[in-house]
Amino acid sequence: MTTSLFGEPIERREDPRLLTGGGRFLDDLGRDALAAAFVRSPHAHARILDIDLSAAVDVEGLVAIYTWEDLPGGVGDPLPLLIPHPAMTHGRTGLPLARDVVRHVGEPIVMVVARDRYLAEDAAELIRVDYEPLPPVVGIENAAAAERLVHEDVPGNVGAHLVQEVGAAPAAIEAAPHVLEFRLDIERSASTPLEGRGVYARWDAADESLRVYSSTQTSTSVRMAVAARLGLPPGKVEVIAPDVGGGFGVKIVHPWPEEVLVPWAARLLDREIKWTEDRREHFVASAHERGQVQFVRVGFDDEGRLLGLDVRILHDHGAYTPYGIIVPIITSTQLLGPYKPGAYRVEFTSLYTNTVIVTPYRGAGRPQGVFCMERTMDRIARHLGRDRAQVRAANFIQPEEFPYDQGLTFQDGRPLIYDSGDYPEMLRKTLALIGWDSFAELREAARSRGRRIGIGLGCYVEGTGVGPYEGGHVEVDTAGRVHVSTGLTSQGQGHQTVFAQIVAAELGVPIEDVYVTTGDTRRFGYAVGTFASRAAVMSGNAVALAARKVRDKALRIAGDALEADPGDLQITDGTVHVKGDATAAIPLRTVAVLANPLRYAFDAEAQRATQFAAPADPAAPPVAPGDEPGLEGRDYYSPVRSTFAAGMHAAVVETDPDTAEIRILRYAVVHDCGRMINPRIVEGQIHGGVAQGIGGALYERMAYDPAGQLLNASFMDFLMPYATEIPRIETDHLETPSPLNPLGIKGAGEAGVIPVSAVLAAAIEDAEGIRVDAMPISPDDLFHLRLRAGTDPSLRL
Amino acid sequence: MRLGPAEHHEIEMTVNGTPRSAPAPARRLLSDFLRHDLGLTGTHVGCEHGVCGCCTVLLDGEPVRSCLMFAVTAAGHSITTVEGLAGAGGALSPVQRAFQECHGLQCGFCTPGFLCTVTALLRDNPRPTDDEVLEGVSGNLCRCTGYQNIVKSVRRAAELLAEEPT
Repeated sequence: MTTSLFGEPIERREDPRLLTGGGRFLDDLGRDALAAAFVRSPHAHARILDIDLSAAVDVEGLVAIYTWEDLPGGVGDPLPLLIPHPAMTHGRTGLPLARDVVRHVGEPIVMVVARDRYLAEDAAELIRVDYEPLPPVVGIENAAAAERLVHEDVPGNVGAHLVQEVGAAPAAIEAAPHVLEFRLDIERSASTPLEGRGVYARWDAADESLRVYSSTQTSTSVRMAVAARLGLPPGKVEVIAPDVGGGFGVKIVHPWPEEVLVPWAARLLDREIKWTEDRREHFVASAHERGQVQFVRVGFDDEGRLLGLDVRILHDHGAYTPYGIIVPIITSTQLLGPYKPGAYRVEFTSLYTNTVIVTPYRGAGRPQGVFCMERTMDRIARHLGRDRAQVRAANFIQPEEFPYDQGLTFQDGRPLIYDSGDYPEMLRKTLALIGWDSFAELREAARSRGRRIGIGLGCYVEGTGVGPYEGGHVEVDTAGRVHVSTGLTSQGQGHQTVFAQIVAAELGVPIEDVYVTTGDTRRFGYAVGTFASRAAVMSGNAVALAARKVRDKALRIAGDALEADPGDLQITDGTVHVKGDATAAIPLRTVAVLANPLRYAFDAEAQRATQFAAPADPAAPPVAPGDEPGLEGRDYYSPVRSTFAAGMHAAVVETDPDTAEIRILRYAVVHDCGRMINPRIVEGQIHGGVAQGIGGALYERMAYDPAGQLLNASFMDFLMPYATEIPRIETDHLETPSPLNPLGIKGAGEAGVIPVSAVLAAAIEDAEGIRVDAMPISPDDLFHLRLRAGTDPSLRL
Repeated sequence: MRLGPAEHHEIEMTVNGTPRSAPAPARRLLSDFLRHDLGLTGTHVGCEHGVCGCCTVLLDGEPVRSCLMFAVTAAGHSITTVEGLAGAGGALSPVQRAFQECHGLQCGFCTPGFLCTVTALLRDNPRPTDDEVLEGVSGNLCRCTGYQNIVKSVRRAAELLAEEPT
């Protein structure tokens, strides 16, 4: 039996290709295409006075130069505001090429097309743009002070303001026996996939159709956007996400200026054109995340139970808001984690700055929310002199309380209702894994030898698998191959493996016969995209439902052929047979032949399905009413609301008393994503997420100067962790199936990153005896924090 | 004589054991030459400033950043890219097999650079200590895996190599 089933840690089916140089990433395509390059603003805020192209036009190999003036209606319009929200009273988006004003360093102004990228950059370098610099707005507090404006018509730099309230938090806090009030800061980081963005377009003039390849997390939505902008029927536009070298959120934004301009120019010039983002462009012209300031007021009882929580958030969304306010909405709702907050009030103000746009990066606002709640839990524990784990346990939602309604509206516009979980058991496992109860002795023993070690704990709940839907299509061909397609895209999550596992298990076929296609509108046109830890939940269930349809049809047709009741049949290893009787059997490939009544036999096998070969009821049509030819099925999964995964992390760190270096000695993760399709892949997702979390906690930040220049826009200066910075990650799992979907699964993609800053802040605080209220924290930050704590007792625990 | 960007040189080198040649300007990076002039797109470019290691290839057996070298500089030398790592008949090399077994890759973009780096590492040091493994891969960035399974892959590759008939 070769069938590999759901839940097995099988090796990945995409690997042989990727290990031998056979990947097809965006820049690997279109070898003969023309290349595009862009002139981008060197100023954070400036008025464009003049653009002088004269020096550039003589560059050898130049094909075209475009400014905003050259763009027709549709193409030159402001980019779409993808997710409108009533609270976003002042949403603003950029133009594909800037017209009068640039609002961040890196904003595109001129597009150059030439024979190759070297020549395109030669020409771009010779284009002179005359600017009148305007005063920039940099930093959340400057944005809030609003002495300068990013957009003249946006008062106070406020794009959106939203309040959500459950109960009367201010009154509950006033009445509480204990009250704490404090401020927290989180700086910017970014997805930073190793492959940047990229677009390659080719126009077929005779067919009047366009094919676009984009390194995107949503090919179907890019297709709709490009078709709309270019005035083409969607049926004349194909968009394909080839192999994508990491996304982590940034590639869900669309259409990027380049995704509109490259296809438009390819059609206009009737030439293949490709643009591949370089590393500097990725830093200054894609998207960042994370930057927030939070003001917390909390009231609690003697046990540390929350009575009222009031959080005010200032959120930096950069120069434009194409992705709306999803990030602060997630922060403000997922902040609650596994806890019952008593009364809760949260208010956020989403602010414009003259910096790169802010859109979801793995975790998507949750790391900030969890930082807020977990720092609050630690504060409460310290204030009461109670164990930090016990205070958390006192606030947990209990297993018998599910479904649990937090009383808020989540990012999908649906009620924030948790479907399932077991937080006390998860905490028990986490504490056991890290050795929480015996750590105090270790800490004291280390201290007696002049070493500083500390332990931290962080808990989170993550809404995964948001709607509206995904679809799946499964088709068995007459050679017995099973073709599976779903519209959402892949960026390294192993979809070709996990969706094949699901279909192989549902259908009863060897996994070797299953071929999965994702992110190709030629195969599946209706989809949403890969984000929000949704692919396994959404497309996993959709392909399972589609496979069940195929299975039912196969049993029906085989039942006719074998003269058996379909209820007595099962499919094993690609063959339909009567249960307990291996002799009465018919291979699926033959069922596929029989499923398609033929007039013409294209091979010997197909002769079975022709009109004179098979005995058929002469009074009935060959394809029964309601039936369709072919052994295929299509279905969609559309959940009523998100399913809620959860996890708890704990870490032990050591800080150097002299150099303030921070070293992670141990890192433990307990994770619950419901039923696991492939535990090996889930673990890989967790490892990668934790590494990104460590990067964001200890190394990565976007260093903007007051003029709005990003000072560290390279891998020399933006410190992504290497193998030497990441400790071994110890993992354990819990499986509380989701009751919301047929497979009982929850998402896992973002989980690893979410609580890391909270956990490491707690551990460093524990080692140092100094409050850590701002992340990331570098050795330099810690050194200065120690100096300040030396003179300011309020910073000491 | 000053050579403009349009001046092309016929650049010859041995790539994966085969003599290859193509005209390219003096400023063409080795990475671009391999990818765009020779069509060997397995070598990837992640930063173009020598930090990420995605573009690592073997030059006369030694790992180099092909984005930090001009193609003309490599003329006359022997280059091995990811396309040249598999054995006869396309059988995965022990390093490639180890990465598959240990889930040492996710999106696969950084993988060719790691494979070239690790191939040279284990050739020079077939039984590296844990610290030597870490040190050996510490010049390559990966944004997906968190490195744990890459480190595991290197150890496993060392085992597989030790089992190879000599």
